[in-house]
Amino acid sequence: MSHPQVLFARRRPGQTVSLETYLQEGGYQALGGAVGKQAPAALRKLVLDSGLRGRGGAGFPTGQKWSFFPADAPGPKYLVCNCDEMEPGTYKDRELLVADPHALVEGMALAAYALGVTHGYVFVRYDYEDVFRALERAVAEAHGAGFLGERILGTDFGFELHVHGSAGRYILGEETSLLNGLEGVRPNPRLRPPFPAQRGLFGRPTTVQNVETLCNVPHIALHGAEWFKGLALTPGEAGTKLFGLSGHLNRTECFELPMGVPLREVVEVHGGGVRQGRRFKACLPGGASTPYLTAAHLDVPMDFGNLDRAGSRLGTAGVTVFDERTCMVAATLNLLTFFARESCGWCTPCRDGLPYVCYLLERFERGQAGREELALLKAQPAFINQSFCALAQGAMGPLEGLLRHFEQELLDHVTRGGCPFGGA
Amino acid sequence: MDAKLEQDIRAEFEPQIRACAHPQELVVHLLRAIQREHGWVPDEGVELAARLLGLQPIQVEEVATFYDKIYRRPVGRRVIHVCDSICCWSRGEQEIRAHLEARLGIRLGETTPDGVFTLLPTCCLGACGRAPAMQVGFRLYGELTPDRVDRILDEERRAAGQGDPP
Ligand SMILES: Cc1cc2nc3c(=O)[nH]c(=O)nc-3n(C[C@H](O)[C@H](O)[C@H](O)COP(=O)(O)O)c2cc1C
Repeated sequence: MSHPQVLFARRRPGQTVSLETYLQEGGYQALGGAVGKQAPAALRKLVLDSGLRGRGGAGFPTGQKWSFFPADAPGPKYLVCNCDEMEPGTYKDRELLVADPHALVEGMALAAYALGVTHGYVFVRYDYEDVFRALERAVAEAHGAGFLGERILGTDFGFELHVHGSAGRYILGEETSLLNGLEGVRPNPRLRPPFPAQRGLFGRPTTVQNVETLCNVPHIALHGAEWFKGLALTPGEAGTKLFGLSGHLNRTECFELPMGVPLREVVEVHGGGVRQGRRFKACLPGGASTPYLTAAHLDVPMDFGNLDRAGSRLGTAGVTVFDERTCMVAATLNLLTFFARESCGWCTPCRDGLPYVCYLLERFERGQAGREELALLKAQPAFINQSFCALAQGAMGPLEGLLRHFEQELLDHVTRGGCPFGGA
Repeated sequence: MDAKLEQDIRAEFEPQIRACAHPQELVVHLLRAIQREHGWVPDEGVELAARLLGLQPIQVEEVATFYDKIYRRPVGRRVIHVCDSICCWSRGEQEIRAHLEARLGIRLGETTPDGVFTLLPTCCLGACGRAPAMQVGFRLYGELTPDRVDRILDEERRAAGQGDPP
């Protein structure tokens, strides 16, 4: 089943699109059509009307976020692109940027124009050396060709873009932690309010957006809001979505599919089915912080609204599939161990609560748990959801999924005195 | 850390610092540059970064110790970061980690006696489609099998012996 390719239209295996190819294939036309010709407010309205929602995990409507931004306020303001991408199961931004880095440069220049911003940063995780190099080159090329810098395309609009290489830690993906990281202070998250739109980077108005979100902007500017909505298969949704497949599938690649594609098509057609002919047991539909879906959910359309209604989230649309032989207690223990290790230690529910959940899950795996531990496990989300930032709340996604769909599996660990799958 | 390194770092960073409205934003960049040249960041590196940026050493230290890929202790010439997150876990990460430990004769967090390899666990490397994966220096290796790990270790050991950058 082939679907329209928008973000991946220029992608060629093993290659990075150069400025020359980007221009040949329609690149920077959106910027040329907007800067100096269209009012920034009109571009903001277009993004609002398009229904674009953030692709970094939270799904906040981008146009709405831009409508809160003090675009006309004097003084420095910033646009920051979040390419921290450390949520397990998520690798779409890397695929996109290694293939087509100019798409982000153009998307950021357009967003900067819409928001009245003159300085931008791309925050790149330490391990994405390939992305870092592709972006540095694209920024230099765009500078040379007059798409970045002062007086872009001969107008009064100027925009400087810096690429920042980070040094590890998942928490940096949380936008206020990221801003502290960019400032060079210890990157614990910040209290909100004030929100970054009021006081962000260096105390100035700032918008943080995901890579994929920004890469959609040139297409919306070129083809319009109705076209963008029409890309989705389900009502009320908009655009395409990059799905990074992983886990027990035959084909673990990244695909651009319409918003609202059924989970079954993702698994069976694009993922090539569960490997070794085994049965589908469960999946994380949108990265490590999203509650599990089960075989009963295979007909759910993969979009923001339908996954919310199914009790999960679209998140980053990194789909990790587990086959019938997977112990979901062990899988959840792996996920919670990740979150516990990546906790920055700032607040007690996260620093102390997550290791305690790991301790309880380990007891189930070792056959040392009874109904008392089950009651304790069920009590944790109410405490841990009081955390200072969303890291620990995200960690509760798989735990709540486990309790909701696999309570019997926890009880089996109790009655059998250990892991029925031979784990631990 | 020798005097030459300090000179090089100064030459690389002093112009940038002068041109920058908020020099503190360069701290991670500076620490990474010291690590690139020295392999890890010693106390003198923290102090140098503080002097160059007009900060107290503690302000640099609290940044340096936050990040897992700034090494504040000596490491081998090649740091192996082996992913233990969910996608790699689902595709045999435990076997790869056990093989690395057996082949290198060290446990996670240790360095081989010849000073070539340090083995550390890492969270998701963003290579979930090619699990199980590890990163050696800045090189990413996916679809690992014990055989492939052996070949990679041989190649990396040879490259480290020739003084190639990680
Ligand atoms: C612990 C944590 C990690 C996050 N990691 C990322 C990330 O790697 N990339 C990203 O775009 N958003 C990440 N987010 C979400 C950001 O805080 C923010 O909502 C997002 O960058 C906004 O962009 P968007 O609206 O375009 O999605 C993370 C959030 C949390 C709580």
